[in-house]
Amino acid sequence: MDLHRLTAHELSDRLKKKEATPEDIFSSLQKRLAETEGKVKAFVRLADGRLGQIRRTPPQLHGRNAGLLSGIPVCIKDNICTEGLATECCSRILAGFKPPYDATVIRRLHEAGALVLDAKTNMDEFAFGSSTENSCFGPTHNPWDLDRVPGGSSGGSAAAVAADETILAVGSDTGGSIRQPASFCGVVGMKPTYGRVSRYGLIAFASSLDQIGPFAKDVHDCALLLEAIAGHDPMDSTSADIPVPDYTKSLGKDIKNIRIGIPREYFVEGMDPEVKTIVTEAIEKLKSLGASTHEVTLAHTQYAVPVYYIVATAEASSNLARFDGVQYGLRVKASRMIDMYKRTRGEGFGAEAKRRILLGTFALSHGYYDAYYLRALKVRTLIKNDFDKIFKQFDCIVTPTSPTPAFTIGERAQDPLQMYLSDIYTISANLAGIPGISVPCGFTKKKLPVGLQILGKPFDEETLIRTAHAYEQKTRWNKTRPSL
Amino acid sequence: MALSKETVRYVADLSRIELRPEELEELSRQLEAILEFIDQLDKADIAGVEPTSHVAGLANVMRDDVPVSSLPVEKTLANAPHKEGGYFVVPKVIE
Repeated sequence: MDLHRLTAHELSDRLKKKEATPEDIFSSLQKRLAETEGKVKAFVRLADGRLGQIRRTPPQLHGRNAGLLSGIPVCIKDNICTEGLATECCSRILAGFKPPYDATVIRRLHEAGALVLDAKTNMDEFAFGSSTENSCFGPTHNPWDLDRVPGGSSGGSAAAVAADETILAVGSDTGGSIRQPASFCGVVGMKPTYGRVSRYGLIAFASSLDQIGPFAKDVHDCALLLEAIAGHDPMDSTSADIPVPDYTKSLGKDIKNIRIGIPREYFVEGMDPEVKTIVTEAIEKLKSLGASTHEVTLAHTQYAVPVYYIVATAEASSNLARFDGVQYGLRVKASRMIDMYKRTRGEGFGAEAKRRILLGTFALSHGYYDAYYLRALKVRTLIKNDFDKIFKQFDCIVTPTSPTPAFTIGERAQDPLQMYLSDIYTISANLAGIPGISVPCGFTKKKLPVGLQILGKPFDEETLIRTAHAYEQKTRWNKTRPSL
Repeated sequence: MALSKETVRYVADLSRIELRPEELEELSRQLEAILEFIDQLDKADIAGVEPTSHVAGLANVMRDDVPVSSLPVEKTLANAPHKEGGYFVVPKVIE
């Protein structure tokens, strides 16, 4: 039986009816991995290129989500701390790092009964990228076309779900790093509201933008995984003390009274014509389901990418100062302390990490702080105000997730600016702190998946799940799977 | 803006990153192109606009002042590239 092809909620039903055991699911995944992982390379540090074992945590069921994900395998991005299990952010500078503690999301997954896989997923080094090419372990391949990137930075998590090598996956999203790869790989991915999910144990990239979120094969599974990991955590002072709703209650509701804004700035030049057609059809489908749509304006959209590359790199330059060869990871020996720092960081960081640390340090340095960093923070306010204004009148905003389908490996690797522009539709949500989901909405002629992005009000993930689920029920794009 | 190699060298020094000469060349060129792109922010009207460093709207989040156990020393030091007698060891700083 091909259990690996099923969703978490389908598997939960089988487990409850005793038609399958967690061991059956695990061995089905093992078998699948042996067939496909050599081509996809979604995971890192696998012994012999194969999944050696699953982290079989003894049941620790307790709390409000006890048993929510009983027996369901989940894999974790390489920037989320797992106690005793290597976590390297796919960077040479963290080589061999085995965290002394579990991130809060890992603890919550254990409490929900999930089986956390003993293998981490590939990513751009420190989540710096949109293609998973900036990994010290080499790129992950898109299961729909192995010559193409899976998107990034959580490309390994997205590809593992798309290839049925896991049932669920966890990633992180600082400027689109969950939604864009979900779109490229034809799976569901969500960036929750800033503060919805604890960041404790997430190795920080940009602390005012980072958020952990779910990857899944359908919206129902996305709701389950979000519910399992969401909620206030005293260990993350930016996590919100707001009750977590039962997200599965948003499934199956109609969207007749939903008011959708369509930002005109998102449908302009630079967009792939096929993506435009597919997304326009998806919007028509939402209308046919009873939602009302109106053109709206997000007037400062053009500034989102430049603001992001100041704010995110400034925060990254500060966060990455901790990698200095003293407490963990790589150390390049030198007789003077300062030379030890410089050589360790010079050898340990990859090209994109160096680019971003230098850019961020520059933006914060004396003489440039006001012209770059402070100015970017002010424009960030304008971008946030645009969203606040729209959400006074509308329930959600619908856009493409990415201006193009997956590009080929190497295509943008030499042009950092071109790579940055692939996040043009996703970055604003991180700057404004609002939630966003990407749901499959069709295929190009070359059979590459396209994603529809739905953005919502802060802490209103329910409307995103409701709208995405209603759309998915009528379209079923997720039923088409890549042939590997 | 134009970015001199001296500026890039200075910023790399602040960042504690040693660059090879060819890296310095390439990064100078790339960073200049990126900054040129970022300079479009000059067109935004920010008169009277307050900066947003954070969207959470939280300030001074405190936990109760209750002592809890912390990581044991051996776990804390487990990943250290060089340790001795319960300490991290680094090159001599004071001559």
